[in-house]
Amino acid sequence: MPIDCDADIVSARQKGRELASQCGFPTTDLAVIATAISELARNIVRYAVHGEVLVRLVEADGKRGIEVTASDDGPGIADITLALQDGYSTSGGLGLGLPGTRRLMDEFELLSDFGKGTKVTVRRWKR
Amino acid sequence: MQVPILKQGAYLIATVQSALTDEDLKQLRDTLVVSVSKVRARGVIVDVTALDVIDSFATRTLRDVAHMIRLRGAETVIVGIQPEVAFSMVKLGLSLEGIATSLDLEEGLAYLDRKGKGPGQEVGTHR
Amino acid sequence: MANTQDFATLAEARLETTASRLRELVAHLRQQRAQLREEWARLITEAKLLTAMTKEEIFAEATSVYDNYVEALETGTYEALQAYARNLSERIIPRGVETHEVVGIVLLLRDVLARSLFAKYREDFNKLNRILDAYEPAANRIAGTVAVGFVQERERIIREQQEAIRELSTPVLQVRERLLILPIIGVIDPQRTRQLTEQLLRGIRTNRAKVVVLDITGVPYIDSPVANHLVQTVEAARLLGANVIVTGLSPEIAQTLVNIGVDLGKMNTVGDLQGGIEEAERLLGYKVVPMQEPTAAHVVG
Repeated sequence: MPIDCDADIVSARQKGRELASQCGFPTTDLAVIATAISELARNIVRYAVHGEVLVRLVEADGKRGIEVTASDDGPGIADITLALQDGYSTSGGLGLGLPGTRRLMDEFELLSDFGKGTKVTVRRWKR
Repeated sequence: MQVPILKQGAYLIATVQSALTDEDLKQLRDTLVVSVSKVRARGVIVDVTALDVIDSFATRTLRDVAHMIRLRGAETVIVGIQPEVAFSMVKLGLSLEGIATSLDLEEGLAYLDRKGKGPGQEVGTHR
Repeated sequence: MANTQDFATLAEARLETTASRLRELVAHLRQQRAQLREEWARLITEAKLLTAMTKEEIFAEATSVYDNYVEALETGTYEALQAYARNLSERIIPRGVETHEVVGIVLLLRDVLARSLFAKYREDFNKLNRILDAYEPAANRIAGTVAVGFVQERERIIREQQEAIRELSTPVLQVRERLLILPIIGVIDPQRTRQLTEQLLRGIRTNRAKVVVLDITGVPYIDSPVANHLVQTVEAARLLGANVIVTGLSPEIAQTLVNIGVDLGKMNTVGDLQGGIEEAERLLGYKVVPMQEPTAAHVVG
């Protein structure tokens, strides 16, 4: 799903939620997954202007889950440690997007090449 | 997506009817802050029952609304946050500290009525 | 090239002979059905297996298992046997039949049948060997199918029971309008914490609760992730418009909460359940006063 503007944030989280629902996630998890997608997509709009969000079902060690990848070719993150700290923001936001998303999901991977772009992959497993 | 705002007695009631983009949220904030003094409202209720995601931006906007309205001499109550939405918000690290929340519209109205009668009980607000 | 072809024909021939041997075997087992079945039932009783069942029941089940067994040998398909094993397990597990008993009876049947084959073919050792070659893999597979079917059914029942216990372990009680009590007893593991959160938040919505007393007198200890989760649940309840009062914190739990640096401004705690309910009633605007003695007028009237 391409992310270019505000409205894309809403449609990305709605589509992600649908997919998670088809996969049989309980309601609580649907809200959690949709919120995570919303945060990641907003980061794209805010910092990189455009990028994309990919949501897919994954399987590992007999567990089923959902994986969200948000990637962009924006400016990248200068200090990853700082970016993962609660309350740190360079855009005047609450600074909860990345650390909060990390708390929402089971797995969190962040790859950022300063000046070239950012890729965040998060997963949540079904219990 | 416009959010209809209704005037009922001394209160303004904004009922969110579907997912809101960041732009919609900002517009809601601006409209409420302007209308509250235009109609000399004593209280504002924002009904978010229809929202299946309240992410960091939405939380920040709701918080701003409440704070700005307090500065303009009125009270705000957020009503109808869904259980799974509330849980995702907390996981993300968000809270509506210092802002009144109620189960639904009816409870929100009851809260404002009590507030209007001077210092009463404050069930649901932060102590 | 010629070689490969030879091998193929050979393999085919072997397959065919296995099939024909199985056919011969099945015919034998059908013919001896009454006798072998009885022998098997006798051995089961003797080995003190399936003691929860009567002799008649054992005989009836033995007959069904025997017929299914022979059918599986004949057709080489195990679905019918699998379904039967599951059905049998469903019936006998509630009566207390154990895994070793089920494995035991299947192995006994294998022995009974093998012995009857020894008896039939003892004159022709080579033929006996060939028949056993065909019989043993099929028999082992059957034993495996039945045993696994039983264990799976047992596990399914255990899972169901766990689920039921978990639900029972977090009752949401409405003590008066707008007031819920959640007495938690026992260790809270992550799975239970999740369930607790869901039940508490849903309970608030369905009962339109304004105050919830979460009593953890019966919880011996909690670790920091669970403590954090508990604090988050209290916060989430607040967002729904309800106040949570936590009662009965043990010294150990208080220590854990202090260690994780919980914001005490966000947690309303009261020493015991009674105090918690009183605080809840105060928040709800109730005032509890003792009933008055019957007045003189009442006595006279």
